[in-house]
Amino acid sequence: MKIHEYQGKEILREYNVATPRGYACFTVDEAVSAAHELGGNVWVVKAQIHAGGRGKGGGVKVARSVAEVKAHAQSILGMNLVTHQTGPEGKVVKRLLLEEGVDIDRELYVGLVVDRGTQRVTMMASSEGGTEIEEVAAETPEKIHKVSINPIDGLSERQAIELAEKVGLSNAVQNQAGEFFVSLYTAFWDTDASLAEINPLVVTKDGGVLALDAKVNFDDNALYRHKEVMELRDLDEEDLNEIEASKFGLNYISLDGDIGCLVNGAGLAMATMDIIKLYGSSPANFLDVGGGATAEQVTEAFKIMLRNPKLKAILVNIFGGIMRCDVIAEGLVNAAQEVNLSVPLVARLEGTNVERGREIIEESGIAITVATDMADAAEKVVAAAQG
Amino acid sequence: MSILINKNSRVLTQGITGKTGSFHTKHSVEYAFGRDCYVAGVTPGKGGETLEGVPVYDTVAEAREKTGANVSVVYVPPPFAAAAIDEAVAADIDVVICITEGIPVKDMILTRYKMRDARTVLVGPNCPGVITPDEVKIGIMPGYIHKKGPIGVVSRSGTLTYEVVDQLTRLGLGQSTCVGIGGDPVNGVKHLDVMEMFNDDPETEGVVMVGEIGGSDEEACAAWVKENMNKPVVGFIAGITAPPGKRMGHAGAIISGGKGAAAEKIAAMEDAGIAVTRNPADMGKMMKEVLA
Repeated sequence: MKIHEYQGKEILREYNVATPRGYACFTVDEAVSAAHELGGNVWVVKAQIHAGGRGKGGGVKVARSVAEVKAHAQSILGMNLVTHQTGPEGKVVKRLLLEEGVDIDRELYVGLVVDRGTQRVTMMASSEGGTEIEEVAAETPEKIHKVSINPIDGLSERQAIELAEKVGLSNAVQNQAGEFFVSLYTAFWDTDASLAEINPLVVTKDGGVLALDAKVNFDDNALYRHKEVMELRDLDEEDLNEIEASKFGLNYISLDGDIGCLVNGAGLAMATMDIIKLYGSSPANFLDVGGGATAEQVTEAFKIMLRNPKLKAILVNIFGGIMRCDVIAEGLVNAAQEVNLSVPLVARLEGTNVERGREIIEESGIAITVATDMADAAEKVVAAAQG
Repeated sequence: MSILINKNSRVLTQGITGKTGSFHTKHSVEYAFGRDCYVAGVTPGKGGETLEGVPVYDTVAEAREKTGANVSVVYVPPPFAAAAIDEAVAADIDVVICITEGIPVKDMILTRYKMRDARTVLVGPNCPGVITPDEVKIGIMPGYIHKKGPIGVVSRSGTLTYEVVDQLTRLGLGQSTCVGIGGDPVNGVKHLDVMEMFNDDPETEGVVMVGEIGGSDEEACAAWVKENMNKPVVGFIAGITAPPGKRMGHAGAIISGGKGAAAEKIAAMEDAGIAVTRNPADMGKMMKEVLA
């Protein structure tokens, strides 16, 4: 699960990770009063959306007077912010973070991820802050320093200070940076985060070490034990279809093709998308109905797919396994009747009682094309979409 | 021969009295030598009961002591599943197969750390399990699509594994053992570990390796195959059409930071001499061609 920058910083502050002072604002008036509250003479107005690259898209602006704070808040709130992560359609800004400006001496990078290779959490730090870490990794990998963290002992003070030294921090701030790293790791571990990126981590001219930005994601499987994190979910930032799908235990992701796919199992769902592409068309979505594929789930899945105006055909690919195909076929027929299917449907069913399943479809009188295997299904659905 | 499990395995089900555990234990008991193989179940507080003719114990240690069970399958719900694996490791079980989907990554990091010096082999979590056709089925896969034979199958997915097995069986190519390693980022055996086992198994003559986007396990396996494998390998990577930054169902199936894309994996596998098909309907056919 993703959260906003300001929410991430609130969590980090609870763990004594230093950040600039700031307030979340939903209106221009709130931004103006936050500026008064913070005082000083430099502020930063930051658009709060889940995607990165906000600065380049015009969603982050420095203000040198309260009048400027007001002007920037007016222009950013409600704007359609387009970044390399939002896609060309962009994202409407509904929240702001108003922060005090800080005098930056140096910008660095620090991040935490779960490393599949070592099966531990790894802290990565680099002297190259403020830029995309992927670029640093590709061009100057020697500038990224990594520490693999023992899950029982956690990040030791010594490891943290060594890391601060490696990224070229002076003796004067090494201890402070070390404490920052240890606190950041503690926040990550305690909250079951799956990713934490501070980019940039800044050293201020008066020797402070602060998280100027904060990107924190959480492990969905662990949300049940973090109600406080779950409450931070912002549905405005999520795809409506994906939210709707998740209510019915469906895993749905919108794509830009025109053939809808309904498949059981994530691997088979991806393979189904791939074979559609291979036969000359493109998938409109990824949709995993899980192991069950009940009539209710299939009905909801059809409804969601049919909302897509580009949809030209649907391919259902169910490898039933232990599930009986006649039961799946009945569900499919009922769902097709209930939603009044307006596009061609090709179904490939495999599992026990497959013959009976095919009979049920044929006897239903509904225009469902039955396919014998994946290749046959792909060929038929691509032809149906083009015809 | 086979790998990991065979008709001499003595299996205990952790979470046997739960809905999933009892359902799949029933199907597994009914498959091939299942009635001999399944000797115990474990559910704390339910010791003394019997399910599908299988006696239930309170702890893994007790079940092992009373029945000689050496393989465990875990159907325990996600919040308690890692602890169930820990218990099996502590009881010195040879192979633990964890089916449970949705275990927090942190729990698995701790479990993997605690078992670092143990001899127990972990398969999964979030996997369909392991089957040695005509001998024993440990997991949720449909038994009837399998056929005994010389092909090893290792895969990160569930239903996509059934797809390849079904293709192989229809072409008359039976399987030595099929291993679902699961789609979680922190898990037990990887492609590479299973590939080593197949290479050492005299009954396995060829291996189908099914991977998917995310991580670099397939690349690591390919590098090993290039240097060490003396049997033909056929491969498929799911997710060539998946966009970066989107999690495709499995927690591990995501292209992030430019890493884990299908193209990279396919290139590494082809460089290792693995016959990679772009068409998931041709996995079995490719194996047949490679063996000819």
